[in-house]
Amino acid sequence: MLTSVQEILKQLVPIYPEFVLIAFALSVLVVDMFLNGRYTHLLGWYSLIGIVIAASMTIILGGVQGAFFSGTVLLDPFSQFFKLVFYLACGLGILIAMKYLDIEDIHRGEYYALMLFATAGMMLMASAGDLITIYLGLELMALSIYVLAGFMRKDSRSNEAGIKYLLLGAFSSGIMLYGMSLLYGLAGTTNLDGILAFLRTADLKNPVLFLSMVMLMVSFGFKVAAVPFHMWVPDVYEGAPTSVTAFMSAGPKVAGFAVLLRVFTHTLDPLHADISLLLSGLAVLTMAVGNVMALSQTNIKRMLAYSSIAHAGYALVGVAAGGQEGAASVMLYVLIYAVMNMGAFGVVIMLRKAGMRGEEISDFAGLGKTNKTAAFLMLIFLFSLTGIPPMAGFVGKFYIFKSAVQAGMIWLAIVGVLFSAISAYFYLRVIMLMYMYDPKEEFGLVQSPALALALAISVTAVIVIGVYPTPVLEFARASVAGLL
Amino acid sequence: MLELIPNQLGFPLLSLMIFVPLAGAVILLAVRDARAARWIALLFSIAEIGLSVPLLANFDGSIAHMQFGESLPWIKDWHINYRIGVDGISVLFVGLTALLTTISIMVSWTAIQDRVREFMIAVLFLEAGMIGVFVALDLFLFYIFWEAMLIPMYLLIGVWGGPNRLYAAIKFFLYTLVGSVLMLVAILAVYFSAGGTFDVLALMNHPFGHTFQMWAFAAFFAAFAVKVPMFPFHTWLPDAHVEAPTAGSIILAGILIKMGAYGFLRFSLPFFPSAAISWTPAIMTLSVVAIIYGAYMAFAQTDFKKLIAYSSVSHMGFVTLGIFALNSQGVEGGLLQMINHGVSTGALFLAVGVIYERTHTRMIADYGGIAAKVPVYAAYLLIITLSSIGLPGTNGFVGEFTILLGAFQYKAVYAVIASLGIILGAGYMLWLYQRVAFGTVTNPHNEHLQDMNLREIAAALPLLVLVFGVGLYPNAAFQVMHASTENLIKHVQAKAALAPVAAQAANALLGQ
Repeated sequence: MLTSVQEILKQLVPIYPEFVLIAFALSVLVVDMFLNGRYTHLLGWYSLIGIVIAASMTIILGGVQGAFFSGTVLLDPFSQFFKLVFYLACGLGILIAMKYLDIEDIHRGEYYALMLFATAGMMLMASAGDLITIYLGLELMALSIYVLAGFMRKDSRSNEAGIKYLLLGAFSSGIMLYGMSLLYGLAGTTNLDGILAFLRTADLKNPVLFLSMVMLMVSFGFKVAAVPFHMWVPDVYEGAPTSVTAFMSAGPKVAGFAVLLRVFTHTLDPLHADISLLLSGLAVLTMAVGNVMALSQTNIKRMLAYSSIAHAGYALVGVAAGGQEGAASVMLYVLIYAVMNMGAFGVVIMLRKAGMRGEEISDFAGLGKTNKTAAFLMLIFLFSLTGIPPMAGFVGKFYIFKSAVQAGMIWLAIVGVLFSAISAYFYLRVIMLMYMYDPKEEFGLVQSPALALALAISVTAVIVIGVYPTPVLEFARASVAGLL
Repeated sequence: MLELIPNQLGFPLLSLMIFVPLAGAVILLAVRDARAARWIALLFSIAEIGLSVPLLANFDGSIAHMQFGESLPWIKDWHINYRIGVDGISVLFVGLTALLTTISIMVSWTAIQDRVREFMIAVLFLEAGMIGVFVALDLFLFYIFWEAMLIPMYLLIGVWGGPNRLYAAIKFFLYTLVGSVLMLVAILAVYFSAGGTFDVLALMNHPFGHTFQMWAFAAFFAAFAVKVPMFPFHTWLPDAHVEAPTAGSIILAGILIKMGAYGFLRFSLPFFPSAAISWTPAIMTLSVVAIIYGAYMAFAQTDFKKLIAYSSVSHMGFVTLGIFALNSQGVEGGLLQMINHGVSTGALFLAVGVIYERTHTRMIADYGGIAAKVPVYAAYLLIITLSSIGLPGTNGFVGEFTILLGAFQYKAVYAVIASLGIILGAGYMLWLYQRVAFGTVTNPHNEHLQDMNLREIAAALPLLVLVFGVGLYPNAAFQVMHASTENLIKHVQAKAALAPVAAQAANALLGQ
């Protein structure tokens, strides 16, 4: 009896990190029931401990590589890289949420449990070696996020966000399953390596194959918010609690890119020419719509929503470029994007307090006078999002466009940099308001040690990666090796 | 060809010049008191001048190589190095940057009252960026400094500028950024075309095919022409100058707009010589258009600063005219005129700043007859005016004269039209001086105008010394730059002669 338990535990080693997160999530639910709404912030710290444990396990498991559970779960440097990004996004997401949830009066333990479930789902997506695992991970993530988006039960905008995301998300999952079933019908297997092996010998002109590829692209495009599958983004981002928006803009989007890279640059690699063409079209559209629509926004969350669409566009340039360098550039980009965007949302959250929504861009007027530190941090995050050196955002974009030029897509790089220049206008508008206008009224900002910690982590990452990107760059390049 | 001679001084001089202002900016983050912030910024900027003394003293003008070289691996995966050094083309700009930054801080002593600490941080950060641009010998490193500079300059204009500062700041930022990002793509194309290197000295010797050169040159041109600014990319400059605080205008006119022309000399010409030669007629034409157009516009201005801004467009036309004449007189004259223009226009903006601080108006019509009230100021303004016109004995004369020599050798007609610009320049500057200084006091507010105080005189003095120093003994400057400019010309001609061969070789490789 004992030996068989040990045996099972031993077999489960590759998914220990996921197990840890799920165990912590379940225990949060149980403990929360007994706490009765008190000490909920302790649950937040408790969840963070879970993340730290899972992260250390992932790092320890770094030496273990291979396919497990009949090839449905893969452990490779690629998945490890993404998992670390997810821990970071989830950890920052929890840190910036604690105080905010108090203010919104929605501080309940389920919040943290759902965050952990979503993170476990994202990890499964990154590790997926099988179409079924992708679907499992994606749904675990998506279902948790639907609930989180509608977490402010008494707020109609939040309800709308949850419902809208759920309906459209379900629709996109349906398309994905349809695409997967077509692919299964052709290849006779759901295993990613098996499909690759099939494609190497298959007739690539088969329209059904093309159709299934397009369907996968549509559904993954939905997750990463690529145009024209982005319609849900502005409303959901605006309506969801700000802490959830921050997490959504980093976590699920990055997870979407993990799957996108795995499926399109690995499994469907024989179709690279078609994929690259379609993706570069998507990338141009996404950069165009994201950046142009962001110009006219008055709500900071909507602006950052469109900005996150635009950033998905830059990352798609890297996916379209393909190859080792393209994939590595996307990985570095999503990591950098996650920290700088979470940082920007961290400052946005500081403006929300009782009696003031703090979501209008005009609310930032005079912040440079009333709260110098917050304004300065926002300045750094915004310049980083614009892609101005010496901030990390520049390094990310540089790598993306470098891989595009290397792949011979100079035109795509030119389109990308021009849209990136346009983006300067709406990011700088916030800086302009902070530093060049007088405050409308005296107001203090919401501060908490957790939020301060989150901002400190993001700003340090943004500057350090911007000035000395070598370690993370090497990490990203080394992690991509197993993918191709 | 060109080599990077390692720094022999025993301490990393150029790195210090980049990081001393940065250290000053970081220290200022912890300072709360405005008065202390001013003094700390001044001390750090003077330390920078102190560092430029061993730089100029130990610089060997007899060789064209890059001196005081430092090279450290930075981002190995992309073959990027922290590689810096100076030659005769860049060394004077480093000194000028140190000087003008200090002067900017001095003229802002009382003019800036709001958020002094942040102002000084921006100025010091900007100084580090400017030095970095001039010493960087790795394209990636260069681009980092080139773009990072935008941040403090944007803030200087936008936060401490005039009433219309928001428009001016964003216009400045977007114009420059659009030009720069196109250059970035070209930098990447150059990197891959040359087999994966950002090393400027290696790229100088890489034979790029002619078609490639044409495109890459155009993309670099987008960045540099906006910065110079060349007609018709100049429209951001008058707005930026008018709205910028005095310190911002001095740095903008003195250093920032020189970077465009510096970029031509450092990158465009050596990398893409055959494209440069192909583009020359167009650029020469744009240059003379800028000379005449800038002068013509300057006549029409009622705003003191806007007039100087348009005169800058005209004067920078001379610079590009000289550079693209592609002979030694032209290039040397262009280079010297960049320094000269930095000195004279910096001094002119200083003059505007001094008087603006007292009267809070930039309208020329609000002045008139102030010579009687402020004799020292009037004398100062006169000297600077004459220097700007290019009166023999001042620095302006030497530069413009040499440029005209060069342009004449290229094609006489350009020199003839350009000399028309000199006459026009004399016209609008003297007319300006007449309207401001001569006659009786027309504006009652100016009856009790205070003359320049000691601090302002101290700030102006080094510029006056340079006006006459370069004017009377230009050889001091020529000696520093001569070896490098000669080498540049030779390099361009030799490499341009090679280019068709290289293109044929490439075509042969591609099987065409």
